[in-house]
Amino acid sequence: MNIVVLVKQVPDSGAERALRPDDQTVDRSAANNVINEMDEYAIEEALKLQEAHGGEVTVLTMGPEQATESIRKALQMGPDKAVHVVDEALHGSCAVATSKVLAAAVRTLNPDLVLAGAESTDGRVQVMPHMIAERLGIAALTGARKLTVDGGTLTVERQTEEGYEVVAAATPAIVSVWDTINEPRYPSLKGIMAAKKKPVQTLSVADLGISADEVGVAGATSTVVESAKRPPRQAGTKVTDSGDGGAQLVEFLAAERFV
Amino acid sequence: MAEVLVVVEHSGGAVKKVTMEMLTLARTLGEPAAVVLGGPGSAAPLTDRLGEYGAAKVYAAESDDLIGYLVGPKATVLAELVRSVSPAAVLIGSTQEGKEIAGRLAVKLDNGLLTDVADLAADGTATQVVFAGSTIVKSKVTRGLPLVTVRPNSVTPSPAPATPAVAPVEVNLTDADKLVRVVDRVAEQKGSRPELTEASIVVSGGRGVGSAENFKLVEELADLLGAAVGASRAATDSGFYPHQFQVGQTGKTVSPQLYVALGISGAIQHRAGMQTSKTIVAVNKDAEAPIFELADFGVVGDLFKVIPQAAEEIRKRS
Repeated sequence: MNIVVLVKQVPDSGAERALRPDDQTVDRSAANNVINEMDEYAIEEALKLQEAHGGEVTVLTMGPEQATESIRKALQMGPDKAVHVVDEALHGSCAVATSKVLAAAVRTLNPDLVLAGAESTDGRVQVMPHMIAERLGIAALTGARKLTVDGGTLTVERQTEEGYEVVAAATPAIVSVWDTINEPRYPSLKGIMAAKKKPVQTLSVADLGISADEVGVAGATSTVVESAKRPPRQAGTKVTDSGDGGAQLVEFLAAERFV
Repeated sequence: MAEVLVVVEHSGGAVKKVTMEMLTLARTLGEPAAVVLGGPGSAAPLTDRLGEYGAAKVYAAESDDLIGYLVGPKATVLAELVRSVSPAAVLIGSTQEGKEIAGRLAVKLDNGLLTDVADLAADGTATQVVFAGSTIVKSKVTRGLPLVTVRPNSVTPSPAPATPAVAPVEVNLTDADKLVRVVDRVAEQKGSRPELTEASIVVSGGRGVGSAENFKLVEELADLLGAAVGASRAATDSGFYPHQFQVGQTGKTVSPQLYVALGISGAIQHRAGMQTSKTIVAVNKDAEAPIFELADFGVVGDLFKVIPQAAEEIRKRS
């Protein structure tokens, strides 16, 4: 079973993040950039499937030059190789254009299964797997907390608002995973050394048969008109409980008409 | 006046609150028309309620295929409807499935998409709160019509009674729409509590709650307040409470009128999911916990003393 894992480099969600003042795109230069956390669970799931069923695991990333660092980190966990779609023209691409690029790149790899994190911590849009599936005409089983592979049939337990759904489809397919699905491994020393020699193929948008004006800021289907820092919340009253903390709390809730 | 399509979120024959919010928002852009996508007979019990909030028309697409397969059929039917009625905008709930339908629709129509929208102006400019609630963004779809998913609890729903005409919509699907079969749906929602993302009050517990057993305390306070129960990642990772109730960066984003944080330190990952709550109240034994920087009212103390006392006090008043 050949698997492609989508890996995105994002600004660290634990640090201050910002939009660039010039073109209102995500500032990826100032921030500490890391692998999108949910993608590590997708990599882990791919490696577990490889251990059980064989085949090759390929990391696919679209991102600027510096995303190479995240690709190496991903390879340290164990995937065999990587494809990096990197092109100046891609800067500021919207989700619709991004899905066009990723779908074209997946097509060149022709995998049985594409794995992805359920969302990225920067955009939190959650639409990429379905957009890619729509373009490729393959099944999308999203929000998985459990994935079972039986021959060419995939079964997923999908987290929903009310509980979960069990959904099934035939390969080829794309599956997105939440952090409840597994516990990602730490790279071993051997893995870290091996990653240095693993092949990373770079592709431009032209290599994928896409013209530069279909992507990036120029080809974006939506735009940020303006952005502003939200005024930080002001800390209110803080009391130390000396026997009547609960009562004081209810006093506050009553004054605010919650009780 | 141009129609604004509002995709109805419904469950068990009832209209979900986000739908009323979207119908309210839709009126700023045109005449709201509700779109029900569901199994046979699903539109009829929803129609009165949709009319109450201003739906002049209800498009009813009803077929077993719409619920028997994941997302694909709904997106295809909706795309066909958009092509035939050329609405002024399309509003969809910013839920997991809502976003997925919207994503497919954006590709099918080669149309821009804005998600997690908190407000929408008459000219289609959307307001979004991003980066863990730290930044407010105004954005616009620049290709196609305004296609937005609306974050629950962002708008106050206001009634505007109308008598909707029901228009049946044909469901024409191909095998390509039916790639993912729904084998089973399992409800895990606990009791009669409101849904987390829609609740006006959310009471959440964190690491400080200490155990699954102790979460009863969180539930008790929630029930007294008519609130939904949430949990921090530390609490769900420790197995204190089921994962689907997690609030934060890797869980749900909530924006209630009141958020009560019990034994939650307030790491940025948690704040990402609750920072836009109107009023925040916190109880934590650590006076330095970052949650107090956000709290309108904070109690530094032992939650096992503070909460029972608060519960008792609420009972006395009711």
